Order: sequence, then structure tokens, then C-alpha cells
Amino acid sequence: MSERPGAGALALLRRAARHRAAAAGMAILALLSVAALLAPAIAPDDPLAQSLDAGLSPPSADHWLGQDKLGRDVLSRLLHGARLSLAVGFLTVLISLSIGVAAGSVAGFLGGAADRIFVGACDVLMAFPGILLAIGITAVRGPSFGNVLFALSILGWVGYARVVRAQVLKIKSMEYVESARAVGSRPSRMLLAHVLPNALSPILVEATFGIGRAIVAEAGLSFLGLGVAPPAPSWGAMIGEGRHFLFVAPYLVTAPGAAILLTVMSFNFVGDGLRDALDVREEAR
Amino acid sequence: MRGYFLRRALHAVPVAFGVVTVVFLLIHLLPGDPVEIMLGESAVPAQKEELRRELRLDRPVLVQYADFLYGLPRGDLGTSFRSREPVLREIRRRFPATLLLAATSIGVAVLVAVPLGVLAAMRKGRAADYLSGAASMVSLSIPNFCLGPLLVLLFSVSLPLLPVGGYGTARHLVLPAATLGTGMAALLMRMVRASLLEELGKEYVTAATARGRSRRGAVLAHALRNALIPVVAVLGLSFGAVLAGSVITETIFSWPGIGRLLVQAIDARDYPLVQGCVLVVALCTVAVNLATDLLCARLDPRIRYE
Repeated sequence: MSERPGAGALALLRRAARHRAAAAGMAILALLSVAALLAPAIAPDDPLAQSLDAGLSPPSADHWLGQDKLGRDVLSRLLHGARLSLAVGFLTVLISLSIGVAAGSVAGFLGGAADRIFVGACDVLMAFPGILLAIGITAVRGPSFGNVLFALSILGWVGYARVVRAQVLKIKSMEYVESARAVGSRPSRMLLAHVLPNALSPILVEATFGIGRAIVAEAGLSFLGLGVAPPAPSWGAMIGEGRHFLFVAPYLVTAPGAAILLTVMSFNFVGDGLRDALDVREEAR
Repeated sequence: MRGYFLRRALHAVPVAFGVVTVVFLLIHLLPGDPVEIMLGESAVPAQKEELRRELRLDRPVLVQYADFLYGLPRGDLGTSFRSREPVLREIRRRFPATLLLAATSIGVAVLVAVPLGVLAAMRKGRAADYLSGAASMVSLSIPNFCLGPLLVLLFSVSLPLLPVGGYGTARHLVLPAATLGTGMAALLMRMVRASLLEELGKEYVTAATARGRSRRGAVLAHALRNALIPVVAVLGLSFGAVLAGSVITETIFSWPGIGRLLVQAIDARDYPLVQGCVLVVALCTVAVNLATDLLCARLDPRIRYE
């Protein structure tokens, strides 16, 4: 696009920088996953163990990130919180993806009334902005891990379903698919052989951003007291509890805040990198 | 043109209908008896019966649904279980504060994002572009429940410049609006940059510069106007996200809007009020999305013929 001399080199640099960002993101996520997996072994303390007389103690040699209101070790809660965040992120995407692939392919292959119902359901779900519906659902269902997954998956599947449906509609009219159908190939086989391989790139990109979104959503719900039931360590809940002590113990907010920011940014970097590498164009509205 | 407007407006009707249905069903997602959950286990049977009748839960679901639909056009969203006031009246009282907060954060976001986006596009690949790109990446990744307390830490605790929360003066508005508007500003900035870059590659811009217009002049006189159409679309479509974000932002700053009302209703297990808040925010979103589409179609005739 730009004809300035040196633009090619700059573009290359930018590409490299973006790849570096994606690589850095991946490294951070790998580190985070290891920390999450090993949390029970490497956490210096029990994340639930209280020592009330040490409540709101600042960071020290024994407690690197200090202690919260109930004297619980912040670092240990942070490490165990990583398990929760990643679990919610991956499971939400897994469930959403399964529902999305099923719904999108059924709507695409059947067409007609099934497709109209599908489009209508997507439109209605997308009319609820942000995590509003998840707030409503967890508000009535109560705070728990399962309810968070349920609420986030209800919102999450739409994106994947639309990608799959669009791909189905695109290949359905192609000659090789029509001939495959003519010789009696079943829709399930067409789904596996033709639709999913073609939809894989956009799904992968969407899923990467989706994990980050689910982590933020869980933290947001937990911040409001609607996420995983206390005393389970959730980064969002840690911020929600810690913000009442900003004047005396600001580290109660900065530590989990930094963890969330770093994690989400890493997923965004990796997602951007994947989008570049796989050359997924933003779908036209 | 009228055809497009009509088609688009008619499309919003079933969506609104679906939204109403989902919100109606919310209370039926309660694990167990809603009346028992609201009153607690110690309530006597007579009390429970009374509340059940009041909430119309003693009738078949379809009749309840018909009642719900029948009440809506009359502004009947039920009665708050906690305050015994009509739900709509409570929401109306809180709505102006949310609207003020939302409008301020959107306005500030536009004022920050458009110049920055233009700058980034015109200096593509240079320091200003990288810096604003990095800033937008951080801003997009930081959720409002992180940003809010951090801003309080910076501007109320470390530097006692602004109040930690509350409502009333312009100073109370600064931190909540910044919290709510930052992510949107980042999104808008990216959009302005991308959209302007696309326009700058088009022939009419080359033609304008060939006629002797400066590049800056060509951008301001021609390209920016076209580039802003998708920006208007993003702006409208993120209005809903701002309303949803106000739930958390208002909680952080004790801002007396509908978002905080929703959280208070949840804490009080005031489910009619919860339903009402969710419904009003969702329906507002549907309406603003519709208005955005119509506005974009007016601004860009090509959309109408798609």
C-alpha cells in the first residue's frame, strides 16, 4: 500500500514484531500453564489457610505478595487462581465449540426453517450486550463453577456456529460437494471432510480470543460475587475483595490485576499472530 | 430507501420479542422454588402463598408469559420485591445517571480515538503508530474491574486528586468515565486507523493529491468522511457493551445508575427487579443497534442496496 522507500523493510519488521509479540504471548501462557498445573506443589501456602492476626500484612520474605484480609497468602491464591482461570477459559471454549459446530452445521445443511430458527437464536443472544446475560443467569442460578461454564457457553457458541454455518453454505453449492452428495455421501462425512478443515483457521483464531474473553468474563462475574463460590481463589474475586483496602493494601488489587492483564494480553497477542499467520480475514458483516 | 428502513425495523421486532422471552425465562432457571429462595426457609406458608400470587407464579407458565407480554407495552415490569415499588419506576429513577456516564465515556472515547487513529494512519509504520498501537493493545486487554481500582489507586489514593466514588459533580464523573471509555477508545482508534488506511489507498485520494491537495488536506476533506462510516457503526454497536460494562464500573465507583441497581437487586434476591434491569438494558441495545444501522444506511447509500 505504501510506496515509501524502505516500506518493505518496515513491513517485515512489523511482521517480525507481531510474531515476537505472539511468541512472547505463547511463552507467557506456557509459563502460566505450568504454574497452574504445579500450583499445589509450588504454592508456598494453602490458598485457603487463614491467619486472621496477619490480615492485610504487606509483602514480606514469607509472603512475597502479602496477605489478604483473612491472612491468606496472596501468591498462593494467585497461583491457584490461574488453575481456575485457565480451566474456565478452556472448558468454556470447548463446550461452546462443540455446541457451535453442531448447531452451525445442522443449520447450514438443513437450511429452511432450521436455519431461520438458528439465525433468530443468534440474533437474540447477540442482542444481550457483553456479559449481561451471564450476569442474569448466574444471578438466578447462584455462584458456582458449573453455572459460570453454563452461562458463558450459552453466549460463547454463537461465534463458532456462524463460522461453521457460513462455511457449510459456501461449500454446499460447490460442484464437488453436490457430486459427493449425488453419490450418496452423508452430511456427517461432508462435515468432517470438507467443512471443518476449511473452517479450522477462523475457528482456531476465534477460540484463542474466546479463551481470553471467557477468562475476563469469569473474573468479571467473580468480581461481582457471581462467579465461583468463595472461598475458591479467583482473580476477579481477589480484586473484588481487595478493592475495599486500596488505601492500606493496594497489592491486593495490583497483583491479580497484573495477572489478568498479562494473561488476556497474551491470548490477544497469540490470537493476532494466528490471524496473521493463517491469513484469516475479518468476515464481512 | 424506505424499503430498507422498513425491512431493518421489522427485523428488530422478532429480536426484541426473543429478548423478552429469554428474560422471562430467567426466573424459571432458579434452582428450586423462587418464592422460597426470595423469602428464605423460615417464611411461613401464608407468606409464601401471598408472594407466589403477587409474582403470578401460581399460574401456568404460558399464562405467566402472556401476562408478562401484556404488561410490557403498559410499562408493567412487575413490582420490586424489596421496595414494593413498580420496577419501571425504580429503573427510571436510576437511568439518567447511567445515561450520563455512558454518554460521557463514549464522547471522551471519540475525542481521544479519532485524532489518535488519524495520526496513526497518517504516520503508519512510524513511532506514533507503534506507540498508539501498543497503548490500544493494553487498553483492550485490561478489563474494567482491573482498570477502575487501578485508576482509584493512582488518582485518589497516591495523588488525592479525584473522589474514589459517588455522584454529583463533574469530578465524580472523571474516573468512572475513563474506566468505561478506555476499552472503547482503543477499539475505535484501531477502527479509525484501519478504515482510514483503506480509504487512503483509493484512487480518489491519489486524484486529490495529484490535483495539488496536500496529503493532510486530502485526508481531512475527503478520506476521513468516508472512513468514519464504519466507525459510526462500531460506535453504535458498542453502546450496548458500554451499558453492560456500567454494571461493573458503577459498582466500583458507587455510581447510582441502573448497573448498580442490578447488582443491588441481585444481592437482595429481588428477581423482578433483576429481570427488569436486564430487560431494559437489552432492549436499549436492540434499539440503539437498529438506530445505528439506519444511520449508517443514511450515511452510505451502498449499504441499502446490499
